[in-house]
Amino acid sequence: MTSGNRLPEPFGTRIDRHGTVTFGFEGRTYCGVPGDTIASALMANGRYVLSRSFKYHRPRGVLTMAAQDSNALVQVGHEPNAFADTRPITDGMSVSGQNYVGSLDDDRYAILGRLSRFLPVGFYYRTFWGPTKNTFVRFWEPMIRKAAGLGRISLDTPHVRYDKVHRFCDVIVVGGGPAGLSAALGAANAGAEVMLVEEGPELGGSLGYRREAADTGTARSLIADVCAHENIAIHTDATCNGWYGDNWLPVIQGARLFKVRAKQVVVAAGRFEQPVVFRNNDLPGIMLGTAAQRLMRLYAVKPGKRAVVLTCNAEGYEVAADLRDAGVDVAAIVDANARASGEAPNGVRVVTGSGISEADGGAKNWHVGRVKVSAIDGQTYAPGGAWIDCDLVCVAGGYMPVYQLPLQAGARLDYDDATAAFRIRGVPANMHLAGAANGATTLIDAMADGASAGRRATAALSGRAAGDDAPPAASPPGNYDWPLTSHPDGKDFVDFDEDLQIRDIENAIAEGYSELELVKRFSTVGMGPSQGRHAALTTSRIVARQTGRDVATVGVTTARPPFTAENLGVLAGTQHTQYRRTPMHFRHVEAGAQMQPVGAWWRPSYYGAPAERERLIVEEVNAVRTGVGMLDVSTLGSLEVRGPEAAAFLNRLYTMTYDTLAVGRIRYLLLANEMGSLIDDGVTYRMADDHFYVTSTTGAVGAIYQLMLYMNAQWGMKVDVLNATAVFAGINVTGPMARALLERASDSRASDDIDFGAEAFPYLHGRTGRVAGQPVRVMRIGFTGELSYEVHVPYSRGEALWDALCAAGRDLGVRPYGLEASRILRLEKGHFILGQDTDAMTTPDQIGMAWAVSKKKDDFLGKRSIEQRRKLGMDRKLVGFSTDDKTAAIAESCLVLAGATATGFVTSTCWSPTVGKRIGLAYAPPGTDVGDSISIRTRAGGTVSVPVVSPHFYDPENRRQEL
Amino acid sequence: MKVMTCPLNGPRNIDEFTYFGPVKERPDPGTASDAEWTHYIFHSPNPVGLLREWWCHAPTNFFFIAERHTATDEIVATYAPNDLADRIESGRDRGGAA
Repeated sequence: MTSGNRLPEPFGTRIDRHGTVTFGFEGRTYCGVPGDTIASALMANGRYVLSRSFKYHRPRGVLTMAAQDSNALVQVGHEPNAFADTRPITDGMSVSGQNYVGSLDDDRYAILGRLSRFLPVGFYYRTFWGPTKNTFVRFWEPMIRKAAGLGRISLDTPHVRYDKVHRFCDVIVVGGGPAGLSAALGAANAGAEVMLVEEGPELGGSLGYRREAADTGTARSLIADVCAHENIAIHTDATCNGWYGDNWLPVIQGARLFKVRAKQVVVAAGRFEQPVVFRNNDLPGIMLGTAAQRLMRLYAVKPGKRAVVLTCNAEGYEVAADLRDAGVDVAAIVDANARASGEAPNGVRVVTGSGISEADGGAKNWHVGRVKVSAIDGQTYAPGGAWIDCDLVCVAGGYMPVYQLPLQAGARLDYDDATAAFRIRGVPANMHLAGAANGATTLIDAMADGASAGRRATAALSGRAAGDDAPPAASPPGNYDWPLTSHPDGKDFVDFDEDLQIRDIENAIAEGYSELELVKRFSTVGMGPSQGRHAALTTSRIVARQTGRDVATVGVTTARPPFTAENLGVLAGTQHTQYRRTPMHFRHVEAGAQMQPVGAWWRPSYYGAPAERERLIVEEVNAVRTGVGMLDVSTLGSLEVRGPEAAAFLNRLYTMTYDTLAVGRIRYLLLANEMGSLIDDGVTYRMADDHFYVTSTTGAVGAIYQLMLYMNAQWGMKVDVLNATAVFAGINVTGPMARALLERASDSRASDDIDFGAEAFPYLHGRTGRVAGQPVRVMRIGFTGELSYEVHVPYSRGEALWDALCAAGRDLGVRPYGLEASRILRLEKGHFILGQDTDAMTTPDQIGMAWAVSKKKDDFLGKRSIEQRRKLGMDRKLVGFSTDDKTAAIAESCLVLAGATATGFVTSTCWSPTVGKRIGLAYAPPGTDVGDSISIRTRAGGTVSVPVVSPHFYDPENRRQEL
Repeated sequence: MKVMTCPLNGPRNIDEFTYFGPVKERPDPGTASDAEWTHYIFHSPNPVGLLREWWCHAPTNFFFIAERHTATDEIVATYAPNDLADRIESGRDRGGAA
């Protein structure tokens, strides 16, 4: 079904006249046809105003029909900022305008346009600080926030699934117009794998709407050849949204992000037609010439009844001819050049040497009704002029190459004063320009240039230069040095996104912001959704003129990705939260454990219902203190250090001495960095002369492994390091009955079963053999302060060993315990946790570990710095404290005070069920000793004085772990 | 995203690599003055020009040296650390080290 504004065939290549699509706009129902965009369907229904402008809330209509300007931004259902000029309509779609208060047709904020002289450029920065101190926050800011912003964010937005795909290609061609198609063919025919990316829904670009391509078979055959070529992967409705190092290109197609690594890039992205600046140049009904052509050719929409074409190039005359063919009365072609730039259709009046100095859109600026044509006198319009009635103005004001990708890649823009046009120069290696982006603007030139670029790109793949590397015929750029003198009544818009007029740019310069980048930041020119596509050239010319420089020197602002707005979902993609599971994971879950993520792992926090948390944790602590408990320590880092220089390697890294460690013995490990601060601790079990089994904290093992390799890349020692963390599962069997349990589990007569007898297997010894039939490494060490064995077993045997130990210990009352109990147990014993009780400045001296730092070794990591820092004197030390006050609100990070001065903080604290006191560790001034007291600021806000005690709150003589 | 050529794994995306700072000469901790040692710990060379740097290919934990231009960000060479002495001796090394 077609309505009154529809043109007959062959107009309307994208639409299906026989269907009907019904959609809503601003609460009214409209009918379009399949293939319509929101804007084309509305204009076919005689509806031109799509949105309101950002600052002055002026009515705005179609400018480009190419999703390049903010005029066309509308709200589609939940989605703000959809481009009405390219978004296809669907049945039942609900569309509304943006940036209005009240209704789009009757916007209460339209009054802002009349107040514009009170809203000068940069007004955000300075006007709203008064009359009282808080006025901005309480009054102005809420008002500005309400007025600003584009569209509405809906919290009910349905979830959309986004994904990412990696692609590799020989040549990527950006732009599917005549040059891009030719480039893709040229490259593919030469043997390259090509990816062709086109922003629009179909290939062809300007072939689809330009007059010179309309009646030829060129477009059809070129597109058919490309589609048939097996070396070309075609992506339509896809945007190459930026250039990153070494031709890494994000290509967004719907909800999918292609991360493309291309050996060669051909940029055939075309050019942006430019508007012309005159008073009221933003009225609905004033659009680019190519916009009118797209409306007619693609959507069969008659853009108006009586037109004026404003131009400075031959393309404008093509537009006039198209309008005539579509039955539009062309009142005049206004040509800036002194001689006609093209051939006017029969009977059309041409006014040369002139421009439009002003348009009139009635009281509400609702639609252009007439334009004032004035002679051009250098950079101004001559006084006077003739008004011409019209409801359509097609502006063919010149061009700007689509420069974003090349400039992001390091190219620059050169300005030619004679042609008033920018050209892209200095394109880096492995990138090639083609077509209009390269200044080849006629169809023939663009195709030849494209084919050449395709061949050049393919030749560059093998490091050759193509033989036919002839520069393209220099088509006339079709630009003009339009007058840029501010109209006395303003509203001569340079940037439609931000409602910036000539005087705003001039005022920014007058304020002292004479550099283009500063003009941009102060005035916000080019910051809107169109990112300066239509404002950059004009702004650059204004700044050049006002500051007495040439346009090439002023240039354009730095081009950065993204090329066009992208949904955050594209960047975020699918989120995976991945934690590793130990082999005993499901045994914990079956036992009712509350699992918590720790580092990269799930670990049991405690076993049982959250409602009984406190009681359960105490029971787990008591089980270890009086019977036997089991903790899953599979997550602890483990490293295999092997080789003839393994002992020397550890000597050079860690603070203690390892070449003296006997095989079968275990020694503590403490690691500092070159600054003398502690970064890790663990133990090592010497399994053979040339084999050390090294443990590391759960969170640090990756970094420690990397550090070992980094150091050995410099030392070149004969040692091999393997990160065996995921190779071994581990179970800490601890408590006075730990030995009994393990002896039961090993109660076979196999020769390699481990003898757990107190004398056969003393404290700080390691054994390799079998427990419950499983191959194990057992280390007798104690984190809990009780008799403890850490049993390490190949990952695949972890669950079986866990089950066997549970079964063997059932009548002993063995109980699995979680991290919460483990933290209490270690704190009762006074063991520090690296990273919890230490920070980036902690030296061994500060935490009472000087005993673990060798004085005999010549060198190890941090030795020199530890000694040098020791000379500076200690500025704090870790002390233990305890209190009987069960209610004291002492928690980690509470400050330790000396008067009003913070001298330290609490690093660990808990209520100890074993000692019956609140215990903790805290940094305090270095002179603090047992018997003193420290003052802690509590969570409740007050301070509490607590006695300093030995940090070994439980069994300070170490009798229990050495049973 | 830049591509870096790992001497072991070939050209890979730069996000697979971890930077470990400029190659620095470690003074003898036994004889260096406090000032020399402090300078070694806390100061890194930052010339405009070629710089030798430590890099790690994280998935394989392979450490190597890259010669990178600090102004253009061009990576002119990458090689295994045991090639460094050879390169300096043979005059192929262009990286300025501290």
